[in-house]
Amino acid sequence: MKFISEYPEKRIPCYRVLDDEGYPIANSMYEQVNKETAVKMYENMVTLQVLDALFYEAQRQGRISFYLTTTGEEAINIATAAALTPDDVVLPQYREPGILLWRGFTVQEFANQCFGTKHDLGKGRQMPVHYGSEKLNYFTVSSPIATQLPQAAGVAYSLKMDGKRACVVAFAGDGATSEGDFHAGLNFAAVMEAPVMFICRNNGWAISTPISEQFRSDGVVIKGQAYGIRSIRVDGNDALAVYSAIRAAREMVIREQKPILVEALSYRVGHHSTSDDSTKYRPLQEIDHWRTARGPVGRFRKWVQRNEWWTDRDEDEFRGHVRKQVLSAIQAADKMDKPSLTELFSDVYHELPSNLSEQEKSLRETIKRHPQEFPVDVAV
Amino acid sequence: MASRSSLRRIGRLLGCGSSRRGLSTEAGRINLFSAINQALHTALETDPRSYVFGEDVGFGGVFRCTTGLADRFGKSRVFNTPLCEQGIVGFAIGLAAMGNRAIAEIQFADYIFPAFDQIVNEAAKFRYRSGNQFNCGGLTIRAPYGAVGHGGHYHSQSPEAFFCHVPGIKVVIPRGPRQAKGLLLSSIRDPNPVVFFEPKWLYRLAVEEVPEEDYMLPLSEAEVIREGSDITLVGWGAQLSVMEQACVEAEKDGISCELIDLKTLIPWDKETVEASVNKTGRLLVSHEAPITGGFGAEISASIVERCFLRLESPVTRVCGLDTPFPLVFEPFYMPTKNKIVDAIKSTVNY
Repeated sequence: MKFISEYPEKRIPCYRVLDDEGYPIANSMYEQVNKETAVKMYENMVTLQVLDALFYEAQRQGRISFYLTTTGEEAINIATAAALTPDDVVLPQYREPGILLWRGFTVQEFANQCFGTKHDLGKGRQMPVHYGSEKLNYFTVSSPIATQLPQAAGVAYSLKMDGKRACVVAFAGDGATSEGDFHAGLNFAAVMEAPVMFICRNNGWAISTPISEQFRSDGVVIKGQAYGIRSIRVDGNDALAVYSAIRAAREMVIREQKPILVEALSYRVGHHSTSDDSTKYRPLQEIDHWRTARGPVGRFRKWVQRNEWWTDRDEDEFRGHVRKQVLSAIQAADKMDKPSLTELFSDVYHELPSNLSEQEKSLRETIKRHPQEFPVDVAV
Repeated sequence: MASRSSLRRIGRLLGCGSSRRGLSTEAGRINLFSAINQALHTALETDPRSYVFGEDVGFGGVFRCTTGLADRFGKSRVFNTPLCEQGIVGFAIGLAAMGNRAIAEIQFADYIFPAFDQIVNEAAKFRYRSGNQFNCGGLTIRAPYGAVGHGGHYHSQSPEAFFCHVPGIKVVIPRGPRQAKGLLLSSIRDPNPVVFFEPKWLYRLAVEEVPEEDYMLPLSEAEVIREGSDITLVGWGAQLSVMEQACVEAEKDGISCELIDLKTLIPWDKETVEASVNKTGRLLVSHEAPITGGFGAEISASIVERCFLRLESPVTRVCGLDTPFPLVFEPFYMPTKNKIVDAIKSTVNY
């Protein structure tokens, strides 16, 4: 009689390419990245930082109701996006706007969503950062945790049945792995042999709950084996490692028509959201350490600059340029009208049912009687 | 339709799960599970992008509704899933979001609750939250519901009211084989997610003529199945056969009852009920689910709003008790024929 130990003898290793100083680690295999791709990756990471800083500020000034930064996880966002093709279907959680950015979602489109303007693709119905774009194969974000994971298995099954040379990429955080839907998603994908890549951003924190209070396993990567899913742990703050791992995983998922689990280790440098103050539950020095010494953007910059693909001058110019772009997008969105009242009732169903047309009629009569009660920037 | 007491006798004779009857009886006359089976055949045949799946669906399902489908259409389109309702519905939403018809089976409505989040927060809001960029309109969730004589807590419940509180989905319940086939095909082809509850007591017991061809019955349209002038009765699903017996009984006392099958609970056909109550001046709603917070309350409130001056007595409800669905006490719990007859009489004599 032999019981299997609750922990493997050794922790699962973490795949890395660059060290903290941006030097390639000896003998670490990785995908070559050319200058054009590397610079685009770096620029996108910087854009994400500027976007986050200015939108966060806009929330603090009361111009938008809510915001949630990606700070510290820029490499997972951008390097994953770079390793995929536009045909790959993404089911995000909420800390992956970098995928959209890479695929061509404009700064103005981000602003339109966060401000809920009449040009918001989501028609002003959801809180800020709940982006979605059918054109860019990026499912609309919903707040419930892990619900996208079993859906991803279904989307992937459809790609498989249609014989597409593409895969599904579904994101989740470390907290999401405790949800029933995490189990459902991985188990369905394994049993249905669905071409889906699950990427867990293990950033150490689910709002204030550290991973030590989330699970007792060796992180998330180990859970793959229990489902019969191949898996890899990667340094999520190492853009080259993320890029190489996702490229390899994508190739396997599509060739073998089976799921893969990727655990990307990182640290949530920002607060959970603008409704959170993380200094209440974690030391400031820890946050600073991850922002500076271990930040993914700085590390990648060192590598790019060492290749002489980027200069300090490029840095200043580019940051200045993006700053201007984001500020003008914020200003434009701030002045824009909200979607018209019709959009309150449309899209609940494919067609407007009679109870909703009655309610719309009744609401319009109320507005006529009490116009002062309602926002003026919504056309009625 | 047979009365509930004779249904119970036959139900006990047949037992749950044993299959003594084939898929079809004499020409054109089939039972409810066979009608569902025909609809699924038709759905799979007419749309190559349609899929049928759920627990034990591959071998034909515990109620035999999916018999023969996997052989005919292949295991990639008709298949078993792991035992996980939130997985079944989540998977189905993803499949539907890619332009497929995803027909998911939840083995008993009593077990739909693990999927409640996927239905309420995901399926129902998929179109709205994306500004109509994405939708899962091809989703249909089938689940057997209701009393069966020996189902106890977890094989008897009628959870329809929970879903009627959720904008973005439709809730449909058929009363018999012919309705089941036509309404199921409409639900599958409707561009909105639909929760389709099947009266499992009637799977084998309700037998009627069902057209073999592909046909659809309109959603959100109620049907007057018995005309009358003294009181309107509204119900859905298996309860209609009990209500029908009550109507026959009341007629012996000279009370003329109008019986309406609501068929679609949301969005529901208020106009048909309103017109009937404006004619009769009285309303009785009956369902198996507990009375408090049941969908009967919604119908009652809506009709009082619309027909207040025409009403000659309070709207009355004959429903399940506010207890968990009980085993040995089932005959006490149920909104039986005589409870309905008594309520009809006291309403008419108010």
